[in-house]
Amino acid sequence: MWEYAPAPESRDIANLKPNYRMFVDGQFVEGSGEPLKTVNPGTEEVLAEVSTAAPADVDKAVKAARRAYDRVWGRMPGSERAKYIFRIARLIQERSRELAVLESLDNGKPIKESRDVDVPTAAAHFFYHAGWADKLAYAGHGPDPRPLGVVGQVIPWNFPLLMAAWKIAPALATGNTVVLKPAETTPLTALVLAEIIQQADLPPGVVNILAGAGDVGAAVVSHPDVDKVAFTGSTDVGKTIQRQLAGTGRRLTLELGGKAANIVFDDAPLDQAVEGIVNGIFFNQGHVCCAGSRLLVQESVAEELLEKLHVRVSTLRVGDPLDKNTDVGAINSREQLTKIQELVESGDAEGAQRWTSACPLPDKGFYFAPTVFSNVSQAMRIAREEIFGPVLSVLTFRTPDEAVAKANNTPYGLSAGIWTEKGSRILWAAQKMRAGVVWANTFNRFDPTAPFGGYQESGFGREGGRTGLEAYLDV
Amino acid sequence: MSENRIAVTKTYKLYIGGAFPRSESGRSYPVVDHKGAFLANAAQGSRKDARDAVAAARKAFPGWSGATAYNRGQVLFRVAEVLEGRREQFAAEVAAGEGVAAKKAQALVDAAIDRWVWYAGWTDKVATVLGASNPVAGPYFSFSVPEPTGVVAVLAPQQSSLLGLISAVAPVIATGNTAVVVTSQDRPLPAVTLAEVLATSDVPGGVVNVLTGRTAEIAPWLASHADVNALDLTGAPESTRADLERAAAGTVKRVLRARPAEDFTREPDLARLRAFLETKTVWHPIGV
Repeated sequence: MWEYAPAPESRDIANLKPNYRMFVDGQFVEGSGEPLKTVNPGTEEVLAEVSTAAPADVDKAVKAARRAYDRVWGRMPGSERAKYIFRIARLIQERSRELAVLESLDNGKPIKESRDVDVPTAAAHFFYHAGWADKLAYAGHGPDPRPLGVVGQVIPWNFPLLMAAWKIAPALATGNTVVLKPAETTPLTALVLAEIIQQADLPPGVVNILAGAGDVGAAVVSHPDVDKVAFTGSTDVGKTIQRQLAGTGRRLTLELGGKAANIVFDDAPLDQAVEGIVNGIFFNQGHVCCAGSRLLVQESVAEELLEKLHVRVSTLRVGDPLDKNTDVGAINSREQLTKIQELVESGDAEGAQRWTSACPLPDKGFYFAPTVFSNVSQAMRIAREEIFGPVLSVLTFRTPDEAVAKANNTPYGLSAGIWTEKGSRILWAAQKMRAGVVWANTFNRFDPTAPFGGYQESGFGREGGRTGLEAYLDV
Repeated sequence: MSENRIAVTKTYKLYIGGAFPRSESGRSYPVVDHKGAFLANAAQGSRKDARDAVAAARKAFPGWSGATAYNRGQVLFRVAEVLEGRREQFAAEVAAGEGVAAKKAQALVDAAIDRWVWYAGWTDKVATVLGASNPVAGPYFSFSVPEPTGVVAVLAPQQSSLLGLISAVAPVIATGNTAVVVTSQDRPLPAVTLAEVLATSDVPGGVVNVLTGRTAEIAPWLASHADVNALDLTGAPESTRADLERAAAGTVKRVLRARPAEDFTREPDLARLRAFLETKTVWHPIGV
């Protein structure tokens, strides 16, 4: 094993301010909610105080969005909207290092990930959708696609900036205006994105960003003047929102939880598969709705694969999110850490065999060592429930049909992975998967051109690609 | 600046493989404004220049067509950014060459920049709009993707010296083709300035090559050149079009015929993108 010298990114680059305010009608304003303190999960220190919205603030934001929609944005030619959105893409690129460091501070994800994945993909999302703004008639949703109006969006804490981009970019490209609420524990990059939106000189009210907890999100999604709701988060909250909107005629898309199967057939390139399995479950501390959290291995190669997997996982470096060598950063909150611990204890209690990496963990901050459960059966909670942490459950199968049956034995259906050298088997298995995204001999690939979203209780609607535009069009 | 200051005038040259050579023939021809006053000399491109340009375009093709669509989009958007910085210069050249008022010239330049942005946005959308997965009646996964055809010779519009030029060139390179452009014969100056923009954006040398000169002299060499895959006849003199099409048949080139009185101020359709795309269909069996 190699020794690594510390290689920390400087936190000064984040331009951290003591206070952050909400963004409403083109201005940064104090909300009348109780201010929240956002914490660095890597050290447990308070990063900044953020003002939050009260119900009256939500109403103001929705009104501002409505005005902007009626007077400016909804009637602006697509080619002009496009240029605003291109500006946002460029400004994100220009401020990418600042955003990456800020994201790692607020979220706990490794800097190499925020730097190489979150921020560049967020910029790409704006870039891609900017190009659609004046081409909507070609998107295949009818000859005269119209915007919906005011869109209320609520996003999770696992990819704070990227999820804001996934939500805002298509909404703007299609001519809608936005009220967005970032997660309570990770509001900072969304509020810097608000600064960028101001720098891009978007008309006031086109994008409004409100901080706060679940009550603010609930006020946004249930506001009667919101025409469409887009939510990414837990399946429980998604169900509540679907119930709330029932009978209102308002539009809804949901991107919820997952319990993805990552299937390794006996002819798979095992070393490559190990890399994909590790990426699938330990990327972003496993805080990924499409994480490959159930590993299904063909029995004949299970022992060999598990051995290789343990060796590889032992080399993962867990610790300071700002260190450029860190592979697995901090768990986003104490609450999430407790949830992971509780589910892991259930795995022990139900008789699965736990293996935990012997890596050192920092004294302060929320950390959880990479963990692999083997001898897992389908009935166990760790095989059924979304853990949303660096915990992998390993199951085995004998025949391809059995693999498919086990993979689909879940109420979720967001993603799946297939590992085999045989092309025809990839396509066969992909066809059988009841999941919205299937990765073959790779995992966790995201691109603005490729639609993403789930089957069943993983939600409905897609984000990205030509398909993703439909969620924001009156078609 | 002193009113008496003598301006530094620009030498307008060819643009081949990322460099700005004079014509190897040593020839030039005077370019005049709409009233007949001298503006500048332009290089009078020759057969040899055309062949050099085709070689440069071919050399650039693997890299440009192999770049990701996202990367091509970024590069082309960068071109629009640099175009924006040259608005005044283009407006002056368009006004002088096309004999339109300053305000109209500015509007044409603005439309040209927006047109470039429109095509920049197509790089990563063409495949989703024109490609398909094919529901074949058998255990096969079959999909079709558009791919660039190769080196495209563009005879640029004769009248619309910037908006028409950009409307012809941008769709060719957006999809990954490389281009040899023969500019408007009598209004070539905006094209040379565009070449300077391309050279200072991130467009690799050879992706666009610009020849000024006599269209009727250069076009037949491009139409018959075996390493040219497609030909845009928009700017071909009417009397030469049939002959050029016949010459193009020698290597079965894709030919985009001139559309009568094409109005470049109107929002374009996909015709110019489609014209220089191949469709590749891939089959793969499905089964355990």
